[in-house]
Amino acid sequence: MAEHYRIAIIGSGPAGLSAAAHAATLGLSHVLIEKTGHLSDTISRYQKGKHVMATPSQLVLRADIAFEAGKREAVLGAWETAAARAGVNVRYHAEVIAIMGTGEPIAGSLQQVVTRRRDGGSDRRELQRCAPPYRLMLANGDSLVADAVILAIGTQGNPNLMTCPGSDNANVQYQLDDPAAYNDEHIFVIGGGDAGIENALGLAADAAQRNVVTLVNRSAEFSTAKDANVTALMAARDAGRISIMTGTTTRSIGPGWLVLDTGEGEVRARCDRIIARMGSAPPRGFVESCGVAFASSDRLAFPPLSAVFESTAPGIFVVGALAGYPLIKHCINQGYDVVEFINGNRALKPADEPLLEARLAGLPGRHGVDYWLEMLRSNITILNGMSPLQMREFMLDSAVRSYRAGDVIFARNAPGSSLFGIASGEVLVEVDPADTSITVPIPAGSIVGEVGLISGRPRGATIRAGSDCIVVEISRTAALKLMSAVPAAAREVARITTERSLLQIFKSGLTPADLTDVIASAKVETVRAGETIIREGEVGDDIFIIRSGSMVVEKAIGGKTIFLNYVPAGSHVGEMAVIDGGRRSATVRAAVKSEVVRLEGEAFRALLANRPGLATRLREEMASRTALNRFIESRKDSFGGVVEMYTGIANFLVDNGIGEATDVLLIDEKLCVGCDNCEKACADSHDGLSRLDREAGRTYAHLHVPTSCRHCEHPHCMADCPPNAIRRGPAGEVTIDDTCIGCGNCQRGCPYGVIRMDSVPPRKPWLIGWLLFGQGPGPGEPDSAWRYEHARKRPEKPKKAIKCDMCAGQSGGPACVRACPTGAAIRVLPEQFLSVALLDRDSG
Amino acid sequence: MASRGSAHEGFLRHANGRWCKVAILVSGLAIAVYALTDATPRPNGGTFAGYLLGSLAALLVLWLTMLGLRKRIITRGPYSLKAWTSAHVWLGLSLIVIATLHTGFQIGWNVHGLAYALMMVVILSGLYGVYAYANLPAQLGANRHEATQPQMLEAIRALDRQLDTAAQPLGHEDAATVRLSLEQCRVGGSLRQRLTGRQPGCGNRRARDAIAARVDVQRRQGKPDPALTQLLFLLERKDAALEQVRRHIAIKTRLELWLHIHVPATFALLAALTAHVLSVFLYW
Repeated sequence: MAEHYRIAIIGSGPAGLSAAAHAATLGLSHVLIEKTGHLSDTISRYQKGKHVMATPSQLVLRADIAFEAGKREAVLGAWETAAARAGVNVRYHAEVIAIMGTGEPIAGSLQQVVTRRRDGGSDRRELQRCAPPYRLMLANGDSLVADAVILAIGTQGNPNLMTCPGSDNANVQYQLDDPAAYNDEHIFVIGGGDAGIENALGLAADAAQRNVVTLVNRSAEFSTAKDANVTALMAARDAGRISIMTGTTTRSIGPGWLVLDTGEGEVRARCDRIIARMGSAPPRGFVESCGVAFASSDRLAFPPLSAVFESTAPGIFVVGALAGYPLIKHCINQGYDVVEFINGNRALKPADEPLLEARLAGLPGRHGVDYWLEMLRSNITILNGMSPLQMREFMLDSAVRSYRAGDVIFARNAPGSSLFGIASGEVLVEVDPADTSITVPIPAGSIVGEVGLISGRPRGATIRAGSDCIVVEISRTAALKLMSAVPAAAREVARITTERSLLQIFKSGLTPADLTDVIASAKVETVRAGETIIREGEVGDDIFIIRSGSMVVEKAIGGKTIFLNYVPAGSHVGEMAVIDGGRRSATVRAAVKSEVVRLEGEAFRALLANRPGLATRLREEMASRTALNRFIESRKDSFGGVVEMYTGIANFLVDNGIGEATDVLLIDEKLCVGCDNCEKACADSHDGLSRLDREAGRTYAHLHVPTSCRHCEHPHCMADCPPNAIRRGPAGEVTIDDTCIGCGNCQRGCPYGVIRMDSVPPRKPWLIGWLLFGQGPGPGEPDSAWRYEHARKRPEKPKKAIKCDMCAGQSGGPACVRACPTGAAIRVLPEQFLSVALLDRDSG
Repeated sequence: MASRGSAHEGFLRHANGRWCKVAILVSGLAIAVYALTDATPRPNGGTFAGYLLGSLAALLVLWLTMLGLRKRIITRGPYSLKAWTSAHVWLGLSLIVIATLHTGFQIGWNVHGLAYALMMVVILSGLYGVYAYANLPAQLGANRHEATQPQMLEAIRALDRQLDTAAQPLGHEDAATVRLSLEQCRVGGSLRQRLTGRQPGCGNRRARDAIAARVDVQRRQGKPDPALTQLLFLLERKDAALEQVRRHIAIKTRLELWLHIHVPATFALLAALTAHVLSVFLYW
């Protein structure tokens, strides 16, 4: 007979541990199931001494375990003590492999489980949900029964395991805690992702350890790893510290040896230790097999939950990161709340109630949080599909404001990537910048600002309140979460975007009704960087609207490919063939990974036939492009090499990420004397830490792109920030605020290596003191020796992510440019710089 | 937000040569004042025009000195160090005209003449600086090949490690040759060595030549030792790396060296100028 518990909690991270502690305090029969031999595996794997932060700071902690910011060891120690004191029943080294309802089958409750195959296809099977209690099968063959199950397993997943014979050998491990712990060993690191490369570099870093390190990668290239890591790896190989075997897999493993399958045949090698870093399988498959559905097939999707964290499987509750809450404090609160709910206290208000009250404070009328959440949910079309719990989380990332008629909601050319939903009233779009009286109304229930959300580019038009209205501003992060949680919302946003961008591009009095056929033919396509969407000389009449990313237009002139133009998101290409019916006159390829809307030429031609005015407008636009082509061709004859140089520079800049930049620092090496005053100025205007490395970076024709933030249209750093601390500021700058928890996700995510993790150095003495008496380290970033010497007296400051903020708030603009004595450093907007202006650069 | 140009404009041409025009204007005015006032018995520093030009020159010297402070104080306001440099260069050149007219072409072997001479030293060293800033940066960039100075030094250290490993199986004599490269090879050195980038008797070069001769003999005998060939390859790579970093340092030294005359001479000038002004007012 299996043991029977009231609550089984799977995973002993902050959420699971808090739930177990509260169950123990309430005296409920419970079991906390932990896969490893210690509590909170993810946090205990943090780097030694890492400062764990407690954000959001205004959120009250409601739990039976204590938590405040501090070193990893202190946090874990406090939790262990609290768990022991509360009398938590922990079962270590237990891995749940299946959860099944043991009650009656629930009529009509079927779970679709879709497994994707490697070849791109998918398998679909159906699962009948059964009522609780649930039987939990453990990996060691035991089983236990629980009335309610709390899934608190996070999103880390399990590492992919090696499958070759002998892989259960003791010398195979799936993580590396301390590279310094191994000496005199022959070590093979399997896997060429960032984790594998970083481990291999760590093991080989200190020659005194005398490790023989080999990195084994299945494919020939390191396509998933960051460039900086690959560069470091290649340098280590050239220095003879690491051997690399690409196109190689493991055949078998034994004590002290392993056999590899290389391109040239089998190789047997001495091997004391294998560190396998082959990625991890997300926990989604396991969660789905328990009967818990996910909102969509999107990688970002989370399970839809009721207001009490109950999933689609009755009696299975999901909390923590798996429920979409990555911050420790949220997790701890949810663990407490969910046990309260299971114990019958359904009236409990979530701990974020005061936060939401503050968010909603400025609104007219004396209504409670629940009223407003319901009002927004039911009035705004794209929010209709949200659950009350999702609405709460959604509102934490959003802001609701009321506007008087005539107030400006956002202005043309202002940067911003948030989406606005109109809850009541109506707003007006100023379609013509020259005449603000021409407006298009948008009614309540709809959205505005979707172009900024999708393209990341500045706002295309000013939006005013047409009547008194209530508008919710949805941050980009919240909007992306919303679109993956509610597929209907994603479809609606896509439809509105296409329709509006068409209306905006072809302004000549079109109405949405005219576009029905064209929009029906629209397909959203993702284009890889470098992929061609239009090829010169081919027949084709589809039109493309660039939703996100950017394109370059090229033309073959005299046997050479010449750069013609840079086309940012929000523009359109391909209409020339529709109008003159000829072949494509130039090639268009993606500068960075982009999204385009493909509209069929046929549907478009029909529209043109009905609207002669539109055809005239397009012809005019065409004339200016043809003139540009002619201009380039004429320069080609008179200057020869100049046009090639222009193409070379343009391609170099695009290769270096200028295609997705909004503002980039360039250095003219014909003027740069290497004084590093730009770096010193950067450090002195930002807490003593420089955010730029002048000397590093790529150079072409004396034009140097230093290691410095490009303020991307869709910042890679923003993609995975647990406290949502990275935002776009009022001048378009991408900045990191004080809520940074120092996790380093942004640093790993940045393909340009411009983010560093560091703590603020101690204050320097007065500059005059340095000039006259030599006090302190002088201008610029203090060296580590000085920092170390002067930091000892103060408490240690946590390391946080720092990056360029474009000197936001400093009236003079970026300090690097102001402080350049020779004019070598400039900051440019890509579409300004990637233009014919480049032709004026000297050909030398 | 400050307006931003989309092209690089050097400090000499800043704002369409605004400070060049100002400097020419100021010089022209100085010449006009000198030519139009009828000084008796002859023009010198003691006349009205002399005092005027002298005061202007002294104020200019003080302001020009402030560039050293300006470039180190990073304030938030809208200033451009490029504009400062531009003004510094052009107004500094106009000082030749103003100060020479101030002397009335009477220069003697005294503290006044010393001040004038020091000023000319400062200006001429500055002129060399302008020449260096106009010509050397392109060479510096072309020589770097996208490598930073720490990377260049690290590349040499990496080659040293590989040389060390490659030398392990060698005999005593060959190992001693490799040690020349490892132990008697410097990147920087004396000022002369840094400036020319040449290091006579560089250990690496001696080791390379010695090993190259040995490999050459072996090749002619038709049985080259692969270990020695590999070693030669490493030594040649190190030679190329050394040449790059030495040229880098040579160009950087040339970009900085003139400042070691310009700045101390400026302080000497300030002292001489103080003596000149005080002596004029106290003892004239």
